[in-house]
Amino acid sequence: MSRFPLPALRLDLVVGAAAVALALTGCGKQEEPPKPAADAPAAAAPAADTVTVKIGHAAPLTGAIAHLGKDNENGAKLAIDEANAKGITIGGKKITFELISEDDEAKPDKGPIIAQKFVDAKVAGVVGHLNSGVTIPASSVYNQAGIPMISGSATNPQLTEQGFPVTFRTVGRDDQQGPAVASYLVAEGKPKVVAVVDDATSYGEGLANEVEKTLKSAGVKVLPREKGTDKQNDWKAVLTKLRGKSPDAVFFGGMDAAAGPLLKQARELGMKAIFAFGDGACSDQMKTLAGDASEGLVCSQAGIPVKAASKSFLDAYKAKFNSDPIIYAPFTYDGANLLIAAMQKADSVDPAKYLPELKKISFDGASGKIEFDDKGDRKDAEMTIFTMKAGVLEPIAIIKGGKSIKFEEFIKGATAEQK
Amino acid sequence: MDIFLQQIINGLTLGSVYAIVALGYTMVYGIVQLINFAHGEVVMIGAMVALWVISSLAGGAMPPVVIVLAGILCAIPVCMAVGYTMERVAYRPLRSAPRLAPLITAIGISIILQHVAMLVWSRNPLPFPQILANPIFEIAGATISAVQIAIIVLSLLMMGGLTLLVYRTKLGVAMRATSENPQVAGLMGIDINRVISMTFIIGAGLGAMAGVMVGTYYGQAHYTMGALLGLKAFCAAVLGGIGNLAGAMLGGMLLGVVEALGTGYIGEITDLCHVSGISTALAERCAEDGHMVVFGSNYQDVFAFIVLILVLVFRPSGLLGERVSDRA
Repeated sequence: MSRFPLPALRLDLVVGAAAVALALTGCGKQEEPPKPAADAPAAAAPAADTVTVKIGHAAPLTGAIAHLGKDNENGAKLAIDEANAKGITIGGKKITFELISEDDEAKPDKGPIIAQKFVDAKVAGVVGHLNSGVTIPASSVYNQAGIPMISGSATNPQLTEQGFPVTFRTVGRDDQQGPAVASYLVAEGKPKVVAVVDDATSYGEGLANEVEKTLKSAGVKVLPREKGTDKQNDWKAVLTKLRGKSPDAVFFGGMDAAAGPLLKQARELGMKAIFAFGDGACSDQMKTLAGDASEGLVCSQAGIPVKAASKSFLDAYKAKFNSDPIIYAPFTYDGANLLIAAMQKADSVDPAKYLPELKKISFDGASGKIEFDDKGDRKDAEMTIFTMKAGVLEPIAIIKGGKSIKFEEFIKGATAEQK
Repeated sequence: MDIFLQQIINGLTLGSVYAIVALGYTMVYGIVQLINFAHGEVVMIGAMVALWVISSLAGGAMPPVVIVLAGILCAIPVCMAVGYTMERVAYRPLRSAPRLAPLITAIGISIILQHVAMLVWSRNPLPFPQILANPIFEIAGATISAVQIAIIVLSLLMMGGLTLLVYRTKLGVAMRATSENPQVAGLMGIDINRVISMTFIIGAGLGAMAGVMVGTYYGQAHYTMGALLGLKAFCAAVLGGIGNLAGAMLGGMLLGVVEALGTGYIGEITDLCHVSGISTALAERCAEDGHMVVFGSNYQDVFAFIVLILVLVFRPSGLLGERVSDRA
């Protein structure tokens, strides 16, 4: 969702992903008794030379996506509590980390206010925010104060295009998604001719452009671009034209409200092509809008499904919060751990001193190996490809560095690494 | 050829809906010389009510056809009530006011209905339950679905029914008389208020049917769906000659076909690479990409309005209209 300043997440999409994740994690997993949450701080015995280091976390904790905000907060909290339990020494002093959590209500205007609060509270680093639309205005405040921030869920490319040295993210960007879904199409569908359609919005057109570029460089013939609008529900004329050129696959850049009728009408016209979409149309809503025609559609989302996070993280989360992580918790967990790891490497909690370490860090996190590029984006960020199977979106592949890995193998690999 | 045929089928389906909605505009205009811009919203309410009824009954023991019929039978009276109330509350008090007053009121009613619908049925596009089996038939390479056939056939039946009503019944005679001269018709013992109310009610009933058809065809309903549909149907009514029943039917069908063919072929027609000889820069660009399209298929919604402008410039009375439009 890169249509700034819309929130980076959409509820239906997220609920869908969560439902998939819950369904997957529900089976074959042993329930562990929840530990009392208070044991971690108790482990860090207060001593004379103990220093408290504050880490900020901001996400919407009220409103429509409050459950996602809480999920993000839990991820960061888990990392902080684990660090305190371990007892970390930096600069010869025993460190107690303290998480200051603020509610940004998913409102862009609240972002800078919270950011200023953190700056005044002299936090050493920030994990957040959740929404791109909030993170981007907040990031300039952090930049001025020189405080590193790591978002675990803001996918809008603009965030790291501002040239701020303190801005990082542990998820992929919207413009990595186009190449991912395109390379999956090429690898699995082996299409000769592909039609690319978009809804003439900056999100849809941008995504479609990335897809077209990747397809062309893979030697696939791309038909001249067809366009509609984001409110369009009559696609028959466009589809009829496309049908005459019999493409093997069709990519549509746009949201589910337009994508649903498009897919339904294409099947009514007897088109047999594979239909692929970006995250805007990667929701369970597609099933209700397109009916049976939605079966077999392919779509992409930024990041990995929560189920694919490391087993140790999933178990610890379940034990601590007595629930499964929803979607971005592994990324905020990694975000908090990255801050702590960089501080340890630099042997300092001073942002100016540990920032260079954060830039060149190489870290094995719950969501896989993390390294940052010059902009603060995650190198080789994963994208997940989903398909509609029996009315439910199921992850089928993870795209990493242009390579497609089958979802089951990715899970196996992730579990093996942990052992 | 199969593409051309397919576009014609698409256009006729779309055109049937336009025609039914256009009838609502043209009937009201014929009798009170008012362009009822809220008519599109009546169509939307029809779709919403049917959606609500069908989704609450779906999954029950009733056969799907009965459920859809129940949806239609609920949508029609609700829309009729909306049409009647609209006329009674908003237009009747303004009947002797300057022509612009009811026109602006109609726009106001349209905005009110849209936002009431938003409050009742939310801002989200709602999935229209697809409970009817929708087999697809193939004719000479083109496909037509059962829903499309139903839309075309039902529309033709409704047009036939309306024509019979207007030319063969007592109410029809009263309507035609009122249309010609309301004062004289009143002196002849015709209850003008009743005739005008009936006109709104019949138009709204047709609108409800159009709403259900559009909802079933596209598989979704949204509180703004009536606005553009209403405007296009209005263009269709003007194209045929507003105030003329046969004109609305012809105009709707024509507009649907023009839109489908236009959307289908505008990209190829405005592809500058056909004339790549005129400049070397263009030739280079075309050699690289093969296409340089000026107007793409996203101009779909523009055709109705191009038609409207052309009609107003070259034949203001419309294709079949006799009455020269001198008002509103």
